[in-house]
Amino acid sequence: MITVGMDLGTQRVQVVVLKDGNVVGRAQAFAGFDPTKAAEQAVNEALTQANLKLSDVNHFAATGSAMDMAPYANSTVSMMGADAKAGVYLVPKARTIIDVGAEEARAVKTDERGVMVDFVVNERCAAGAGAFIEAMARALEVKLEEMGPLSLKAERASPINASCVIFGESDVVSLIHRQESKPEIARAVFDAMADRVSAMMHRLGITPEVVLVGGVAKDPGFVASLNRKLGLTVVIPEYPEYVGAHGAALIAATRVKEASK
Amino acid sequence: MSGVRDEFWRWQEYHRIMPNIKWSKNDIITAGVDVGSVGSKAAIMVNGEAYAWGITRTGSNSPESAKKALDFALKDTGLSVSDLKFIVGTGYGRVNVPMANKAITEIACHAKGANYIWGPSVRTVLDVGGQDIKAIKIDETGRVVSFLMNDKCAAGTGRGMEVFADLLQIPIEEIGDISLKVEKEPEPVSCTCVAFAKTEAMGLLRKGWSKEKVLAAYTRAMAVRMANLINRVGLEKELVITGGQSKNKGIVSRIEVILGVKTLPSPKWREGGLDPMVAGALGAAAFGKALYEKAQKA
Repeated sequence: MITVGMDLGTQRVQVVVLKDGNVVGRAQAFAGFDPTKAAEQAVNEALTQANLKLSDVNHFAATGSAMDMAPYANSTVSMMGADAKAGVYLVPKARTIIDVGAEEARAVKTDERGVMVDFVVNERCAAGAGAFIEAMARALEVKLEEMGPLSLKAERASPINASCVIFGESDVVSLIHRQESKPEIARAVFDAMADRVSAMMHRLGITPEVVLVGGVAKDPGFVASLNRKLGLTVVIPEYPEYVGAHGAALIAATRVKEASK
Repeated sequence: MSGVRDEFWRWQEYHRIMPNIKWSKNDIITAGVDVGSVGSKAAIMVNGEAYAWGITRTGSNSPESAKKALDFALKDTGLSVSDLKFIVGTGYGRVNVPMANKAITEIACHAKGANYIWGPSVRTVLDVGGQDIKAIKIDETGRVVSFLMNDKCAAGTGRGMEVFADLLQIPIEEIGDISLKVEKEPEPVSCTCVAFAKTEAMGLLRKGWSKEKVLAAYTRAMAVRMANLINRVGLEKELVITGGQSKNKGIVSRIEVILGVKTLPSPKWREGGLDPMVAGALGAAAFGKALYEKAQKA
């Protein structure tokens, strides 16, 4: 059985192809202004990796904030549902999944079957999501992927207004004028994000194991700050940015099985 | 391409002297210096009456901004700093006003200033500053009864409006009027985050929305936030708006529609009236007079 999960986010589209439960293809594309086209591209690439054609696919399931624009979709899966499903599949002891994406952060509480029990989201504010790191990297004039390693060199954090991207930008500029060190400013950016994410988590309650997924999970600076803030070590699966798509593909497989009953 | 980037956010810096007020060395001349995150304002009072003021943009250095604003207010008055009997610093940078005899919070000063500008009937003051929004309840003497503040978020603040002005390439002093040039008021945008607006507004423009309509949808969303803050503190008439946004007709008229009350009209500052943007500095100068008199009696 072949199922495809498509995660259409605000910045990127990820696709995972499953064959009898195993990942046989994975690809991503920039969403740009045409997420439909980006998803078509990523699906094509992932199927080619697996030597499969569109017609081989039993079920396509879409998730992500732009799931309504997904091509080929037979069904949709809520983003929290997808996180819970793949989180527990990849880390069986996982009971809390934190997903930090470009424009949204959420935390999902799950049971041992990967069924969502409760969730919280931080949306409509850039300060708690990847967009915050991007904006601050721009203000600091360092590359996004350099932010994490840079912050790990700091011994302390500079004081910045971390609650708003707009104010944060001007704070960073004045810190640069005051010749504060870049590592310490970068550390402050991640500490601030971790503060917001942990505040959101406390509304939900933290049940271990805690798994961190989403594109921002690949940033070592954020991971260090979050671990420090939560006082635990979050578990990060190998392809954290594909967890949503993976969850959608897993749920697609259950839907095929149920339909054939 | 001219090579010069237009700065749509830039608002007018100016100074004013009230022509009907005269001073002599025996008068109680006091000053209030309000160093905000975006604008620095200084006001001079003669025996508790507004005499002169200056409004400048705040630089990266608060003490310098304070000095610049005060010098601007004193310009062409014949007064110098040594003639001032008492100086009160206020605003976000109030602890960095080196010439001040005392610092007082901007909440108390805006309350006092609103009472001075509009009189004793004012009970609710909405102060929309560069980086925060405050709803203040006051009594008939201008004393603060309670207040609520929205900080930590640029949505609705002066700084947020500057970002929109730049984004839509409309001079900041025109955004209010332009936001009202829509036949039908669009739904407010659901996401008020100024950082996301950069991409969302572009998306709406690409969808074929006019600049006016995009601005109307954003202004509406900002006005809803401000109205919510006023409702939470408890709306009591009369309502007035101070700070830079009091000049934004798009905001003022929408708040009136949402709350179902009229604000007391702002003085015509372009035609020689008082400026609600200097309410905090005026309130500080008024406190200065009271403090000076108290010190003389002691």
